[in-house]
Amino acid sequence: MGQTFVEKVLARRAGLDSVVPGQIVTVRPDKLLTHDNTAAISRQFRKIGVDRVADPNMNVIVLDHVTPAANETYATNHKITREFVAEQGISAFYDIGEGICHQVLPEKGHAWPGAVIVGSDSHTPTYGAFGAFSAGIGRTEAAAVMATGQIWLRVPESLRIVVSGKLPAQVSAKDVILHIIGDLRADGANYCSVELTGETIRHMSVASRMVLTNMAAEMGAKNSVVEPDDKTHAWLQGRVMNGYEEIHADPDATYERVIEYDVSGLLPQVARPHTVDNVVAVKELADTPINQALIGTCTNGRLEDLEAAADILRGQHIASNVRLLVLPASREVLLAAIERGIVSDLVTAGATLLNPGCGPCLGAHEGCMAPGEVTISTANRNFKGRMGSKEALIYLGSPATVAASALTGVITDPREV
Amino acid sequence: METKITGRVWKYGDDVNTDVIFPGKYTYSISDPKEMAQHALEDLDPTFVANVQPGDIIVAGKNWGCGSSREQAVVCLKEAGVGAIVAHSFARIYFRNCINHALPIVTCDAADGVESGQEITIDFAAGTVTTPAGEYTFPPLSPEVMAILNAGGLIPHVRQQLNIE
Repeated sequence: MGQTFVEKVLARRAGLDSVVPGQIVTVRPDKLLTHDNTAAISRQFRKIGVDRVADPNMNVIVLDHVTPAANETYATNHKITREFVAEQGISAFYDIGEGICHQVLPEKGHAWPGAVIVGSDSHTPTYGAFGAFSAGIGRTEAAAVMATGQIWLRVPESLRIVVSGKLPAQVSAKDVILHIIGDLRADGANYCSVELTGETIRHMSVASRMVLTNMAAEMGAKNSVVEPDDKTHAWLQGRVMNGYEEIHADPDATYERVIEYDVSGLLPQVARPHTVDNVVAVKELADTPINQALIGTCTNGRLEDLEAAADILRGQHIASNVRLLVLPASREVLLAAIERGIVSDLVTAGATLLNPGCGPCLGAHEGCMAPGEVTISTANRNFKGRMGSKEALIYLGSPATVAASALTGVITDPREV
Repeated sequence: METKITGRVWKYGDDVNTDVIFPGKYTYSISDPKEMAQHALEDLDPTFVANVQPGDIIVAGKNWGCGSSREQAVVCLKEAGVGAIVAHSFARIYFRNCINHALPIVTCDAADGVESGQEITIDFAAGTVTTPAGEYTFPPLSPEVMAILNAGGLIPHVRQQLNIE
């Protein structure tokens, strides 16, 4: 009987011929991601009572959530993390300024087709864009993986989402995934492995595929995966130094559900407060005033995202009553954007350029909102209180939609500017 | 783990996310569980912290705990005295975080039969939740998960596995 991607990868890693959904297996991950929460994880690790991590080469640690440290407490967390890294001999450590973990980890060669990656961050499924199995876990669980080098996983049911049709102008991967989440809802893929396939996705860049797998978390997916192809290999060339074996679902695999979307007529989409599945076409919200616009985050802070914004804002200036924050996803993205003149275009248009990192997405620093304020953001979450005040509103859209809205001061369809 | 618990209910709806259970702005600034408990459900129900009693039970709709992987969204409730969470369904990382902190969780539709302030009884051995409107059943947790709960959480469980006294 044919097997899905996740059945194959987990069976192989558990040393079994096959597994079925619901079965519990124990596997040794290739990589364990932790970020600013490493300080808290190191405290849990010490409670277990072992001195050394099981395998220092398994650990990838990226400081990204509140960087540079916003106050003494954050600074102390970072210091504890750096001391832990030195004590444990962890070489894959990326200090402040390198970027957001979900961008840095693949950039530095820690994600590849067929890899098993767990991370103490809910957007860990992002690495499925490279054909990896990757899933989020909590802090204590990360500490246990550090100590034992192992984790138990329940083999999930699989969903197959087939996307076809040529995307219209100014409609991008973000619009596609918002549309899918709006349709399937916030728990539509709960506990599931989501396989994303179809001609639209095959035509997408690796960066766009990362938008899809990143946001699969917002419909409850355990992991999400895109089949690796020549684009994947080209992206990973020179980054991944180890060999790898691709894992593809069998053509006769059994899925809980197969869902098909034709996106050839898709309009720019936006998620309204306060849930990610509260999705409508941008035009339905036209003229909603905004105070702040945010372009960046692990969802949409890559070069093609900044370029899409620059294409709209070049030679123009944002509305006088709007603050536009731009956060490249990594140092590499920032340098490329500088080289191509994109940073200059955005800053000249009125953008405030922030350092690569998570920025205000989780409401800790660099652009939190006051009561009654409205932000339109390229991030992946619009929960109440997420970016500061619980009386503030967050809308989610594509980089083009956010840039168009910054230009006019109201939520704007990017095809109209 | 207790095999049977009775407690007063705090009832909530669907898709309650970890940001309203424990706001992101505190995730790297608060590390003391007692201080975490003071912010439990802050952006969802401001009356909760002042009125929660040890042994109270949260009963909710679908997808409880969706969003961030932050474990504090479990720890703050446990530290506030919550004895169990019953929901139609749980987000998967939240589910694991509950197991790892030995906070009992039950997946069933008991929210249909109870209102805030009423009492329910969970019988883990029988797999039943008794509400004023009747009894609801739930499937047993897997042996692997029960082993972690019975050890008192993941850290004591791993210590047992590694034979650490």
